[in-house]
Amino acid sequence: MEHRLLSEHYYKEGHSSLAGYKSLGGYETLHKVLDKTPEEVVCIVKDSGLRGRGGAGFPTGVKWGFLPNNSEPRYLLCNADEGEPCTFKDRLIMEKAPHQLIEGMLISAWGIKSHKSYIYIRGEYQNCIRIMEKAIRSAYDEGYLGKNVCGRDFHHDMDIYVGAGAYICGEETGMISSLEGKKGQPKLKPPFPAVRGYLDKPTIVNNVETLAAVVVILRDGVEAFRSIGTEKSPGTKFFSVSGCVRTPGNYEVPLAYPLMDLIELAGGLREGRKLKAVIPGGSSAPVLTAKECEKARMDFESLAELGSMLGSGSVIVMDDSCSMVDMLSVIEQFYHHESCGQCTPCREGTGWLSKVVDDILKGQGRIHDLSLIQGIAENMMGKTICALSDAAALPAISFVTKFRDEFEQHIRKTLVQKKEEGLSA
Amino acid sequence: MEKSATLDKKFQLSEEGLAFVKKEMNRYETKRSAILPCLYRVQKENGGWVSPGAVSYLSQVMDIPEAQINEVLLFYTMYNKRPVGKLHIQVCCNLSCAMNGSRELVDHLCNNFHVKEGEKSTDDMVTISRVECLGACDIAPMAQVNETYIGPLKKETVVDQIKGLLKQD
Repeated sequence: MEHRLLSEHYYKEGHSSLAGYKSLGGYETLHKVLDKTPEEVVCIVKDSGLRGRGGAGFPTGVKWGFLPNNSEPRYLLCNADEGEPCTFKDRLIMEKAPHQLIEGMLISAWGIKSHKSYIYIRGEYQNCIRIMEKAIRSAYDEGYLGKNVCGRDFHHDMDIYVGAGAYICGEETGMISSLEGKKGQPKLKPPFPAVRGYLDKPTIVNNVETLAAVVVILRDGVEAFRSIGTEKSPGTKFFSVSGCVRTPGNYEVPLAYPLMDLIELAGGLREGRKLKAVIPGGSSAPVLTAKECEKARMDFESLAELGSMLGSGSVIVMDDSCSMVDMLSVIEQFYHHESCGQCTPCREGTGWLSKVVDDILKGQGRIHDLSLIQGIAENMMGKTICALSDAAALPAISFVTKFRDEFEQHIRKTLVQKKEEGLSA
Repeated sequence: MEKSATLDKKFQLSEEGLAFVKKEMNRYETKRSAILPCLYRVQKENGGWVSPGAVSYLSQVMDIPEAQINEVLLFYTMYNKRPVGKLHIQVCCNLSCAMNGSRELVDHLCNNFHVKEGEKSTDDMVTISRVECLGACDIAPMAQVNETYIGPLKKETVVDQIKGLLKQD
């Protein structure tokens, strides 16, 4: 069953309007929070153990703690670029609960003493952009934004920035480059954005779901939040389940929820189909075999133990109708397309991976291409400014090692076919 | 170097467009941040694409070097560098959509509208292209038609659906 902590009111009529949100207790937490000191707020978020919901799972409170202790202006940047293939949870939050996001951002802004925030929304999400623009306007009208938030001595301005189609802008420093009006190329870290970010000023970049979760943490308290999930992965998480399931969609469940139960929540597999594999955390996460899925639990630690990752929480389900060669070629084509081109191992490596896998798919593969893929991928990891290169390498390695038989069979089968064609020609 | 499209040089923003650019230039901390939104505006007023002439024009209006505008234009996929049809049908071909038959839909659409992938139909009505994940796998296979998401698409009905949209505008 779902555990609707953040999404308790998502499917109620009117919840996306300010009046509707307020009638269901919205913005009450913000009022309460403004009685606390910013330091207390940071402390609560730290104690809650909340981990970033965008992909890396870094503890949010710890990230906030990296801000320098000075009076420099600091920015809050909400990451609503949602580019990780098959992730669509932030779209749900913005469409169903724009004010929950705004409230979460205001609470966070109070905590980190920021007077200006941006929501960076991917350009394709036109519907979200319209909804968020309207929500921000009404929040200004009702005194939740601008001068004297809730009649208190706190000023905060919020604006939207619209991306223009680049996966890499979901990486926080790439996003900052983009917000500065440049191509979205990531920057070398350190310095981290918390020290030197947007326009070289301290900047905190948090994912939409992370910021929405801040509201329930401050509303219910640390203990209540920690009672859900596990010690190291507390709380609930939205999972975008898609692919070969009957009712693809977003499902909010406690962290450490069994993967097989999550697939059942999404309607299970189609009639007569068998589970083949699942990518548990967006296309950059290593793939799990059907056998591994049986024991997989959806939290940061459990998936790391299985050699994969929770990532953005997009669960891509593949049944026995899927060709793993085909699926890997889709993945590698994507990373090749999205590499920003700054670092050689990524720019060249993604191109080679895509080309070699595509050759195999088209029947021009050789058995030793499999070790070639492995070799290219290994040389792409840990050698670049950002993690895109690793994101392309990890699935390649996991696909060809875990499904080596299928890759070999595909290569042999197409070799035989070609020989036969050659003979008959 | 010889500049090709002479027509482009004539591109000018409408009065509202110019007001928009001015507003955007003051909206963010730096003028440069206005390049992305202003390119969208130019694209909208230039029939769905950003021509080289439009870049020169925007560079003058914003007083920002052409190179900085081109850097943005060429990096991001949502700016069209070539003319597109009245309906720009962008079919997602990433994992979940591909598993649900989106790539076959692209071929099907191209055949029916007699157009090559990524090119404009001779009657200027449609452009059909493949794109990466649009974040709507709950309605896979899906496509973005101009600004609207449509899905789940079915091979039997998708052509009529697009024809219906063509009649609407």
